[in-house]
Amino acid sequence: MEAKAVKNKNNVKGDTNICGICMPTVGEAGRTGDWSEMKPEIDQEKCTPAVKGKAACFLCWLYCPEGVVSMTVPVTIDLDYCKGCGICAEECPPKAIRMVRKERAHE
Amino acid sequence: MSDVRIITGNEAAALAVTLCEPQVLAAYPITPQTKIAELLSEYTEKGILKAEYVRVESEHSALSVLIAASTAGARTFTATCSNGLLYMHEQLHWAAGSRLPIVMCCVNRGVGAPWSIFNDQQDAMSQRDTGWIQLYCRDNQEIIDTVIQAYRIAEEVYVPVMVCYDGFILSHTMMPVEVPKGEEVKGFLPPYRPHTFLDPERPCTINPVFFPWRRENAEGVLCDGYMEMRRKLQNGLERAKGVIAETSREYAERFGRDCGGLIWTHRTEDAEFIMTGMGSIAAETTLAADLLREEGVRAGVVGIRSYRPFPKEALAQAMGGAKLIMVLEKCLSYGYEGGVASDLKAALYGTGVDAPVVGVIAGLGGRDVRIDDMLTAARESLEGLKSGQCGNRTLWLNCHGEE
Repeated sequence: MEAKAVKNKNNVKGDTNICGICMPTVGEAGRTGDWSEMKPEIDQEKCTPAVKGKAACFLCWLYCPEGVVSMTVPVTIDLDYCKGCGICAEECPPKAIRMVRKERAHE
Repeated sequence: MSDVRIITGNEAAALAVTLCEPQVLAAYPITPQTKIAELLSEYTEKGILKAEYVRVESEHSALSVLIAASTAGARTFTATCSNGLLYMHEQLHWAAGSRLPIVMCCVNRGVGAPWSIFNDQQDAMSQRDTGWIQLYCRDNQEIIDTVIQAYRIAEEVYVPVMVCYDGFILSHTMMPVEVPKGEEVKGFLPPYRPHTFLDPERPCTINPVFFPWRRENAEGVLCDGYMEMRRKLQNGLERAKGVIAETSREYAERFGRDCGGLIWTHRTEDAEFIMTGMGSIAAETTLAADLLREEGVRAGVVGIRSYRPFPKEALAQAMGGAKLIMVLEKCLSYGYEGGVASDLKAALYGTGVDAPVVGVIAGLGGRDVRIDDMLTAARESLEGLKSGQCGNRTLWLNCHGEE
């Protein structure tokens, strides 16, 4: 689909798409998960909410700079947008998160 | 009845701004611009100008405030010069890249070091490639007329405009100026309509990171990348050529005064020797041209009003009959030559105008540019042309030191 002018309330003629605009929505900056070399894997047998069967800990959710960790039981991570920084694995008290190298198509 | 006042260039600028009714102003004082900031502050305080005057701690902040205000949909104004303009440099690029029709007066002054408060045009010249339109004024009447036109041009092509005029020579010199009526200016200048603006009901991020490639947004629409945006800015400035000329023409129709559009000419119809430049120095060369005419030299002047966009087609046409061209300029691209001379030679390349172009560096840091010195440089160059020894070269006018 070709770029189309954003609807302009001010009745401006011509191309109004002349400065950079980004709307607040999931994935506006593209699938940033593509940037990562490593991905987190959660061992649900060690992860506190899963072990206790209720909302608990969630330090991974708190520390994640990308907001891709869910505050749910069990905890899930959206790998489409995880940049693989490893902060969740570093902060996890029971060491339930492990960073593993992603397999690349060309490898 | 017309309202003619005897005022300085800075007062002319402040009156013009007031007539255009900007909603947000921000400026930091710097000689010789300070009087504009003072007057606008006074007009705002007295309620003559219904605007928000934001006091800032620097020029960088002044333009940052205007970028925000213009993005929110306000008409804006600032003024600066010299090192203050250089301190704005980053934000100059940002304003142009955001396509915000901000209008600024640059009261041309030399740049330190060594420290100078006096006039030359190195400040604006050094900001040539920031994507702003640059218009130069000949006299105080042109300041008032050009500021009013600047808003219309900026808001038509969505490119910010720098209205440049010479410090002290115009800013502090009193001349009779006809001040247009408010309702006439309103008729000429429609309200500002932003292309994109901050709207709480439609939240967005303006100018986030752009990638080298074009990419789809979250709705699957393929959007412009950085390079496409920059190309659009270039197109905006190219389109401005026609808009500047048309705006000037319509202004002349309504107000009876013609600034010339992109360029103005003086006795060029049959001219073989053409002098050119920007601002007050170009206006003064008309006196030299008249004196040379008395000596039998077919001399004329082409004044460059719009330096960016550079009016290459108009210049090539106006200089079509020239056998010798002399550029008088108050600025220099160090390690090469005067910027206007470079641009002019490039503009004439391949057009069939093959007259030698003599660059004259003059008036740096306020050094007096005398008509006699202009005439001496002109006569020497004309002699050189006769003896075949006048190529493209650069002279320093009224300056001691080595060749």
